[in-house]
Amino acid sequence: MATIYDNRRGISRRELLKRGTVGAALIVSGRAVISPENAWGLEATALSPETVATLILIARDIYPHDQLADRFYAIAIKGQDTRAAKDASHKALIEDGVADLDKRAGSGGYRGLSWERDRVAILREIETTPFFQAVRGDLVVSLYDQKELWPIFGYEGESYSEGGYIDRGFNDIEWL
Amino acid sequence: MAAPYDLKDDGVVVIIGSGAGGGTLGNELAQRGIDVLILEAGSRIEFEDFINDEWESFAQLAWLDHRTTGGGWRVSKDFPNLPAWIVKAVGGTTTHWAGASLRFQEHEFKTLTHYGRIEGANLNDWPLTLAELEPYYTKAEDKMGVTRTNDIEGLPGNNNFMVFKAGADKLGYKECHTGRMAINSADRDDRMSCQQTGFCFQGCKWGAKWSTLYTEIPKGEATGKLEVRPNAHVVKIEHDKTGKVTGVVYADKEGKLHEQKARIVCLAGNSIESPRLLLNSHSAKFPDGLANSSGQVGKNYMRHTTGSVYAVFEKPVHMYRGTTMAGIIRDEARHDPSRGFAGGYEMETLSLGLPFLAAFLDPGAWGRSFTSALDNYANMAGMWIVGEDMPQEQNAVKLHRELKDQYGMPIPDVWFTDHPNDEAMRNHAYKQGMALYSAIGAIRTFPTPPYPSTHNLGTNRMSDKASDGVVNKWGQTHDVKNLFISDGSQFTTGGAENPTLTIVALAIRQADHIAKEMAAGTI
Repeated sequence: MATIYDNRRGISRRELLKRGTVGAALIVSGRAVISPENAWGLEATALSPETVATLILIARDIYPHDQLADRFYAIAIKGQDTRAAKDASHKALIEDGVADLDKRAGSGGYRGLSWERDRVAILREIETTPFFQAVRGDLVVSLYDQKELWPIFGYEGESYSEGGYIDRGFNDIEWL
Repeated sequence: MAAPYDLKDDGVVVIIGSGAGGGTLGNELAQRGIDVLILEAGSRIEFEDFINDEWESFAQLAWLDHRTTGGGWRVSKDFPNLPAWIVKAVGGTTTHWAGASLRFQEHEFKTLTHYGRIEGANLNDWPLTLAELEPYYTKAEDKMGVTRTNDIEGLPGNNNFMVFKAGADKLGYKECHTGRMAINSADRDDRMSCQQTGFCFQGCKWGAKWSTLYTEIPKGEATGKLEVRPNAHVVKIEHDKTGKVTGVVYADKEGKLHEQKARIVCLAGNSIESPRLLLNSHSAKFPDGLANSSGQVGKNYMRHTTGSVYAVFEKPVHMYRGTTMAGIIRDEARHDPSRGFAGGYEMETLSLGLPFLAAFLDPGAWGRSFTSALDNYANMAGMWIVGEDMPQEQNAVKLHRELKDQYGMPIPDVWFTDHPNDEAMRNHAYKQGMALYSAIGAIRTFPTPPYPSTHNLGTNRMSDKASDGVVNKWGQTHDVKNLFISDGSQFTTGGAENPTLTIVALAIRQADHIAKEMAAGTI
């Protein structure tokens, strides 16, 4: 599981403004990507923190759910950093893939494109590449397999310990 | 009181695999006083230890040994190393199955006769009839506690079923109910009733769904005549100069090889591993593989014409609550070529949890068109389509030319391409499924492609003639008298029905035959 930790450093608003922002809320500080408003941070170990920040946005653009906070996407892409730490070729795949996206995006890089549709257009150009396939293929499991986000979708998960649904609404539909 | 058998004991019947075929056959033989040893590649996981979590359970139960795929099927593109979603554990895929227990229709045993020659299809009549199998279907239904048979009540309908039924009524379908399910609707056979937990595919933690793991196997063990040896992965079947099989070589948990002697070998490793093992057991005497004088071992691989339809409604459904597959429409199961295809299909309720729906709804898809479907997960209903597919010779389980497993044996390479009849049937079923949900107000519908195969059939098929089939009407190989096939790979054709009940009925019947022949001293 990802090393999500509370941000106790209390970055001031002034300092926050001095640093580059990621999307609306994430900032890069040292090795970490931090969400000051939501008090979490993700430390990058092998990948550059800028790459990690971009991956979080790529993850949202691939599987956009407006009801999900960035931390779910941060947890979901953490595995890419972990794998990059063990596998130099994987690190290169991710770093080069993100660099390529930044190049395609123009002067402001991928994160500089404000509209999702502009970023998605670039992703569509590279969707058959090993980079994209590696990110998406991992993400479809690492995002949706987070138990913490299931309730947001109305999925209740494990039910044996609750005695199943026999007395908890297996046949409670009323609108038919 | 399980009976342990010595490696050198050449009087024992060795069964490879402990699922619907192997587990049932093992118990049936033991009940007749015959010494039986079941070798199971996977480990023994009791039902209390099953996990209500899709990916964790998949890691616990699924057969994940290295496999490759080829051909035109989409599974080969999206899941190139996962041709099938089946189980490696004691109980085999009866731990994972949904419980739908349907008899074949009479004409489905005689498809060549009823459908005629279809270009590109390798149709053949079964060498047996529904009438011959009926008494065994009756025994199987009793053994498994199938609802709507033997005066067993149907399961109550869950939310997903109620949506399905309302749509079926709107379309004018007549035969729609909560299915013939090998899931207890009331306590029976020392097993409790269904608690509507969902997670049927992850193994029933209540034991309410029939599985050989906690029915056939312990009953057989109680006779003192059955040993189940888990973590025993058979890599080769041995034979003598006369061409009779004499035993098997298996790898234990540490990968150490052992030779187990046998009087008779019954192969029930599912339709990928069973032909693979025959092909890997080639020798100077049988250069093309064991029991393969017909050249049909591994060929005619069938997986049923499947697909799913999911639909989003304005209001909540919570399809995942309750029995996963307790809902069926049988109206399309008939053979009616006016629809543009031969054979028929069943429509059955189905749900996936959020993690698996994300993986299987439209594999590879991304962006808002995809994610907006998942956003409405709570308002979703779902069904599965399962219909007869055409046997085709080039759809086959082959040995990989280069890749080998940890024991040095070539891995299976699974090839499949839809027949035009399969495509026509699937398209018809998609249209009907989408119409069903639209008729009761679905906002969006999703024709979802087939999952990795759960119904693997046909790769050691049954025929009267040794020239075009691998086994005779008893599942006995034409070439080797004391070698039997006891799983779905012996199916000549697939029918529209979920195959487990037929596999169990054939296993009971095969046990009668083996016991009789052993008593007569002919094998």
